[in-house]
Amino acid sequence: MSAVMQSIANHDAYLAGLLPTPTTPYEWLNTLRTGAAQRVRTLPFPTTRNEEWRFSDFSLMCKTVFAPAIATPALTLTEIAPFLLPEAANSRVVFVNGIYAAHLSSAVLPAGVVATHFSAMLTNETLRAQLARHATFQHEAFVALNTSHLQEGALIVLSKNTACATPLHLLFISTASTTPVASHPRCLVVAESGSACTFIEDYVCLPTATPSPTYFTNAVTEIVIADDATVRHTRLQRESVAAFHVGYAAVHLGRNSCYSSNSITFGARLSRHNLHITQSAEGANCTLNGLALISGRQMADTHTVMDHTQPNGNSAQLHKCIADGGAHAIFNGKIFVRKDAQHTNSTQSSRNLLLSNKGRIDTKPQLEIFADDVKCAHGATVSQLETEEMFYLNSRGLNANTARNLLIYAFAEEIIDKVPVASLKQHLSHTVSSQMGEIV
Amino acid sequence: MISSSSKIILEVRNLSASVAGVGILKGINLTVRAGEVHAIMGPNGSGKSTFSKVLAGHPSYTVTGGEVIFQGKNLLELPPEERAHAGVFLAFQYPIEIPGVSNSAFLRLAYNTLHTRRGGEDLDPLEFNDYIREKSKIVEMDPSFLDRNVNEGFSGGEKKRNEILQMAVLDPTLAILDETDSGLDIDALRIVASGVNRLMTPNNAVIMVTHYQRLLNYITPDFVHVMRGGQIIKTGGKELALELETRGYDWVHA
Repeated sequence: MSAVMQSIANHDAYLAGLLPTPTTPYEWLNTLRTGAAQRVRTLPFPTTRNEEWRFSDFSLMCKTVFAPAIATPALTLTEIAPFLLPEAANSRVVFVNGIYAAHLSSAVLPAGVVATHFSAMLTNETLRAQLARHATFQHEAFVALNTSHLQEGALIVLSKNTACATPLHLLFISTASTTPVASHPRCLVVAESGSACTFIEDYVCLPTATPSPTYFTNAVTEIVIADDATVRHTRLQRESVAAFHVGYAAVHLGRNSCYSSNSITFGARLSRHNLHITQSAEGANCTLNGLALISGRQMADTHTVMDHTQPNGNSAQLHKCIADGGAHAIFNGKIFVRKDAQHTNSTQSSRNLLLSNKGRIDTKPQLEIFADDVKCAHGATVSQLETEEMFYLNSRGLNANTARNLLIYAFAEEIIDKVPVASLKQHLSHTVSSQMGEIV
Repeated sequence: MISSSSKIILEVRNLSASVAGVGILKGINLTVRAGEVHAIMGPNGSGKSTFSKVLAGHPSYTVTGGEVIFQGKNLLELPPEERAHAGVFLAFQYPIEIPGVSNSAFLRLAYNTLHTRRGGEDLDPLEFNDYIREKSKIVEMDPSFLDRNVNEGFSGGEKKRNEILQMAVLDPTLAILDETDSGLDIDALRIVASGVNRLMTPNNAVIMVTHYQRLLNYITPDFVHVMRGGQIIKTGGKELALELETRGYDWVHA
């Protein structure tokens, strides 16, 4: 066996090494876990020879042995204060290294709204009916690995016609530990017909100081939006710059439902996020905004699929990448308009800013249309800072560095501005501007 | 009042410049004294806009000869931001849009940068708010424009008014207006011109680059220069602009 074959075989066995040993008291869950574990053993570790993983080489993570987290470190509310949102003071579910942290969580919610962890609710009908129904693992090794660990996660349920005005904050904290830890966070959001909510799925790391801890987060989120329901989803990936992060979100859109997603990536050494949206009934509206702002040796890959299967759907997507230093940002956005999806109105724009000649950005918008009466547009640009823009700011007295930072900030701000929680928006703006040396 | 004893602000001697290896300016001479308004006119491609960009330090243009002395300093040695600190302002023909940055935050950043460099004090957001609300009256700008992102979604006229508002904030000794009248309707033209007139003092000066005479109905020039082939080929008073309006440029010869 050649050295190359040997290393690939080792990588294939790598994910199986991360499988869990114990089983759960629930038979239905054990069946699911066992099926997923079998897929983990048979699916190859994704390599760059797989078209879907062409640019994201995760083989680096195979050099690290990750252990499951067994106990949560004793974090206090004061320690996690930088991540807390005043708007969600009483609607927060916190996990530390994948383990539910009751003393950090607080969920005092109006009638008809559930935001909790689900290990205590595994007999719940809604949970059983929806869990692992949307994020299928047959072809996704990392989703299979997450599913093989299924037992704990965050659960949001909005009862019929319930609107939750308070944003719901799902906070996943990873901590530094002597042995690098792997966690497999899971979220299930079910918005019953006519309901509405805003939730934040937030991946952070403590301590925030250097040296940055190494760990592995493998998250899966399922969002089920019934007829006439609205879900506003903000996903923040601000992991340690030495971490590995893989995320998969599956969204199911009912009739005339609305889904908006703001997905923001700042962290991780290597990260990959898949967002898969299926419009399964007539007339859904979908707004997708994405931002990856990375530097140094970071790699961030975002893959999105917008699948219009039924008529009269709308989708509008804007994805932005900013790569500085030797960073590598990747965007792949597929839009399918199936044969029955007449009168679909779909736009997609990928705009990218490359700040250094060592950085790299790969973008691939893909539009596949099988219906004949649709309105679709897509486009992609990769640019450097424009001479005209720089000159404009210089002529207003700003030096080259400030002008550059202001333009980068402005580029990022267009996405951050769409985050629907004021304190979080302010915090993110501040994060960007402080990286840029406090410009505004 | 202008007199030949007024202080010289700008002295351009035999200035030549090129872009991408192509010579555009071919020996410009111009003296601007405090209190003066100069109009620079000329057909398309005569080098008018290039001249204004070279004065402000646009990096795409290479100065190939001559010199520019601004208040005793060699202007050509300075990067664009230091020209701004020294008191040169260029109102752009096509101002850029900066999404995500509010007009007031941008104006405050520019104000504080410049005034600190000139030995003044920073204004905090509240102090600046009072200051800028007062200034925006000069261009009859609704305060809501201060909360909008810089030039984003502004009409042509709104962008030009915003340029003059920036001029008011940066308080230049020499303001260069590059085709500030282009794309303006008659009301916007009146507002922009009246803003410029209000900012004129005996200690500063204005160079207006323009295609048409109509702006000069509102801002009266002391001198009208005609550019052609990268040189100033004729200089006269405001009546020269009227003559150009009726007879075109063809009769003018060096």
